[in-house]
Amino acid sequence: MKLRMTALAAATLAALPLVAGAPAKAADPVRIGMITTLSGGGSGLGIDIRDGFKLAVDEEGGKLGGVPVELIVDDDARKPDVATELANRMVERDHVQIMTGIVWSNLAIAVVPKVTRAGVFYISPNAGPSLLAGKGCSPNYFNVAWQNDNLHEAMGQYVQDKGFKKVYLIAPNYPAGKDALAGFKRYYKGGVAGEVYTQLGQTDYAAEIAALRDAKPDAVFFFLPGGMGISFIKQYAQAGLNGQIPLFGPAFSFDQGILGAVGEAALGVVNSSQWNKDIDNAANRAFVAGFQKAYGRLPSLYASQGYDAARLIASALKKTGGVADKDAFRKALEAADFDSVRGAFKFASNHHPIQTIYVREVVKEGDVLTNKIIGTAFKEHGDAYAAECKM
Amino acid sequence: MVSPLLLLEQTLNGLQFGVMLFLIAAGLTLVLGIMNLVNLAHGSLYMVGAFVCAWAARESGSFLIGLIAALPATAAVAVVVELLVVRRLYARDHLDQVLATFGLILFFNEATKMIWGARPLRLDLPAFLNGTVEILPGAPYPAFRLTVIGVGLAVALGLYLLVARTRLGMLIRAGASNREMVSALGVDIDRLYTLVFALGAALTALAGALAGPIYAVEIGMGETVLIPVFVVIVIGGIGSIRGAFVAALLVGLTFVLGRAFLPGLFELFLGPSAASTLGSALSAMAIYILMAAVLIWRPRGLFPPHG
Amino acid sequence: MARLAREHGAGLLLGLAFALWPALAAALGLEWSLELAARILIYALAAGALNLVLGYGGLVSFGHAAFFGAGAYVVAILAYHDMVLGPVAIAGLEIPGTSDAWIAFPLAVLVAGLLALVIGALSLRTNGLYFIMITLAFAQMIYYLFVSLPDYGGEDGLSLFARSSLRPLELDDNLAFYYLCLGLLALLLAAKALVVRARFGWALMGIRDNERRMTALGLPTFRYKLAAFVLSGAVTGLAGALIANLTEFVSPAFLSWPVSGELLVMVILGGIGRLYGPLYGATALLLLEFALKEWSEHWQLALGPILILVVLFARGGLAGLRRPRGAGHG
Repeated sequence: MKLRMTALAAATLAALPLVAGAPAKAADPVRIGMITTLSGGGSGLGIDIRDGFKLAVDEEGGKLGGVPVELIVDDDARKPDVATELANRMVERDHVQIMTGIVWSNLAIAVVPKVTRAGVFYISPNAGPSLLAGKGCSPNYFNVAWQNDNLHEAMGQYVQDKGFKKVYLIAPNYPAGKDALAGFKRYYKGGVAGEVYTQLGQTDYAAEIAALRDAKPDAVFFFLPGGMGISFIKQYAQAGLNGQIPLFGPAFSFDQGILGAVGEAALGVVNSSQWNKDIDNAANRAFVAGFQKAYGRLPSLYASQGYDAARLIASALKKTGGVADKDAFRKALEAADFDSVRGAFKFASNHHPIQTIYVREVVKEGDVLTNKIIGTAFKEHGDAYAAECKM
Repeated sequence: MVSPLLLLEQTLNGLQFGVMLFLIAAGLTLVLGIMNLVNLAHGSLYMVGAFVCAWAARESGSFLIGLIAALPATAAVAVVVELLVVRRLYARDHLDQVLATFGLILFFNEATKMIWGARPLRLDLPAFLNGTVEILPGAPYPAFRLTVIGVGLAVALGLYLLVARTRLGMLIRAGASNREMVSALGVDIDRLYTLVFALGAALTALAGALAGPIYAVEIGMGETVLIPVFVVIVIGGIGSIRGAFVAALLVGLTFVLGRAFLPGLFELFLGPSAASTLGSALSAMAIYILMAAVLIWRPRGLFPPHG
Repeated sequence: MARLAREHGAGLLLGLAFALWPALAAALGLEWSLELAARILIYALAAGALNLVLGYGGLVSFGHAAFFGAGAYVVAILAYHDMVLGPVAIAGLEIPGTSDAWIAFPLAVLVAGLLALVIGALSLRTNGLYFIMITLAFAQMIYYLFVSLPDYGGEDGLSLFARSSLRPLELDDNLAFYYLCLGLLALLLAAKALVVRARFGWALMGIRDNERRMTALGLPTFRYKLAAFVLSGAVTGLAGALIANLTEFVSPAFLSWPVSGELLVMVILGGIGRLYGPLYGATALLLLEFALKEWSEHWQLALGPILILVVLFARGGLAGLRRPRGAGHG
């Protein structure tokens, strides 16, 4: 065994320099590190973000904004210690200048403060926890998707506008769930028939659905991301409540990846999103067609966010030619001078989006379930935390 | 005030969830009781069952064909796994089994993702099961959930008869307590174990296929159920089918009634939001509190098997 | 001397490699690898603590994430009160938070130890699979408690903003932090080597091999097992305090059952009841994970079968490769 252990150590030593990168030289491509979830539960989201981002890079033949880039992707397996260690490795070994990719709020809170302090730019393609939008904001942190509350606020506004008076609220018992219901109630001023926090990762909602029916609400708002939402929507329909009590929720539970699993049970449900594949502008048409051609599936919300993250970086690189001058690059990012697939887009003072949030309905196009925009909840909508952000 | 009707409906929900847990637990407790094998990859077989069912249902357009395909397909996967890996683990201690079957989980999750993609699959109910039945006036109940209860009870009865009344059951019981004696009777014990492992897998596939239309057919679905199912088996007494059945109902009821009524109970003392938070936290812990209490009271579960 | 080399050779060699690694890494331009190496050492410390009950006591705890997470949370909560929330008032007393490791680390050990005392006292009435599951149950209770505890971040977790200070050491210095982890691991291994040779270790292994006989000899077996469990929990809490400092972040993920599982896997992979087993296991598992992820996003497809092959063909784990099984536990 001594021999074997020595052999193992030697092999490790021999292998490490191979994967170690030399420090970035001026002529080197701009290195972008992507930490995202590629294995286990929830990997569908990370894969879509990565594919959307890669599409933008591939469209330019390995460049963004005319500047060659090197994309380094690694899997965080949805674990915070793995994510922080990866972040450290990408900063120190690969000398990345820009990072992106994280799907989940808790991993973002773990990684973002560390890397932005190290002088790396972080462009969030998904998670936008209130901490990073408010007190914990950073000049080097940008969110190109939304602040976590945004889509819930939009649904609150819509439900308020439609004159519902007695809404039943459901979300998982964790910070994002609490923020979701708080965001909804920031714009919905009517009565609340019930406010229920479910278990994180719960699959069976028979108890909640029975209690809900008993409370006789005139509408239901729910935020249950991932598999939780799939289970809930199916069970809601099986209980015969579809068509009886209208269901509202954020886009996460009605995304292309989820609709394929939920099926007819989601048909007709109204949901809120900052993006949809039928938004009519040149950038979006090119993105939807390009994504389908490259990957053979319809793009999801997450793919659009990954794509926009890359396009935002491209717009800044085009102006600055690189990241060497950080202040110039930051200014270029702040300008957000790119054609977002969602249309009008700009950053608030806390580097979170000011954008239109649409209301969509789940429809059937041929055999495929997808969404159609039916209205607008907000125009130029920012978030509630910008005032807390002191940069 | 809670209406009696709601209480009744929630009790039924608890029983239904319990029966679903029993369906998943039955195969595991069989394998654990007879071969003394801790199979963490049991959840993976549940996932395979659900994915095969969803895939076959999509290709054929029929849930029933999907269900019928899932059982033999999962059993076949199980036989391959048994011959290649599991067979070598029976004589090992539980820790080796834990490590090896943990390896199987990683493999199955990644392989499933490579075959079917990372997005969850769709599994719809046939029209005749996709409605509600008015079991009591004003309380429509999903027809499919009633079907699950029926299937679960039938499986429980079937397993009881199989183990207690048939020659196979006799061999299984004998094999569990005395390997040499069964071998001496001229029975190929290796083949018997392969058969039992495949049977357990088929039961699990049935659970996966029945769970598919209610829950999400996704990567990682096996790990979500694994822990509650182990809780059921341990409360019931390891290896006891009867114990697993009673414990599954107990856990199902605790799970559902806790979530249904604990927040309301706390609302008598606290604000609605705080009550819901606390109630939810406590109901999430409830089945573990139940298990700890049972084991402190009876360290070998409710129905410890003999020997 | 020959015996010493045989028993400790490979382990000491690996330890030496870890001790020399920072210098070597600096020479090769691999400074980034220190964080990975520190993570390996921290997991080795936790796995080593688990090995005390698992390997020497035969108690399979599937709930060590509770102690790991508790240690991490003690450090994080104290820092959070120090930096953000301000002091807490308990019974009229103003208790301030702190980022001083001289206070936070011992407190982490104490809290984890007390938790282990309570969980152990209730769990040790059972054995075998029942013990595995009851320890899991307690860990799950604590996990759900922290997920739904809004004051301390819930599922989102808590950011530490900086590492603790351990005057005169500055833990923000990666090198100092690395050697702290290595030093603590070395201390644990040395202490374990002594304990195992002492009456305590002898009694523990006796209980593992034949509890009835030890009871007949008049040994208070329950107390021995409980003491081992508390010791193990306390050291795991120390590892938790270190991981909180390494990642500068804690969340309920550190309390979740996959962490308990991973620690078990490390111990089994390295060799149950072998002094250096956890170090081998943590090193092998985390390096393997690292290497496979560099190779492909489908790394789990390879890692799974590799673990299975180790079980099937390397009985007794990596440490067992050196000697045939049953040649005694070291």
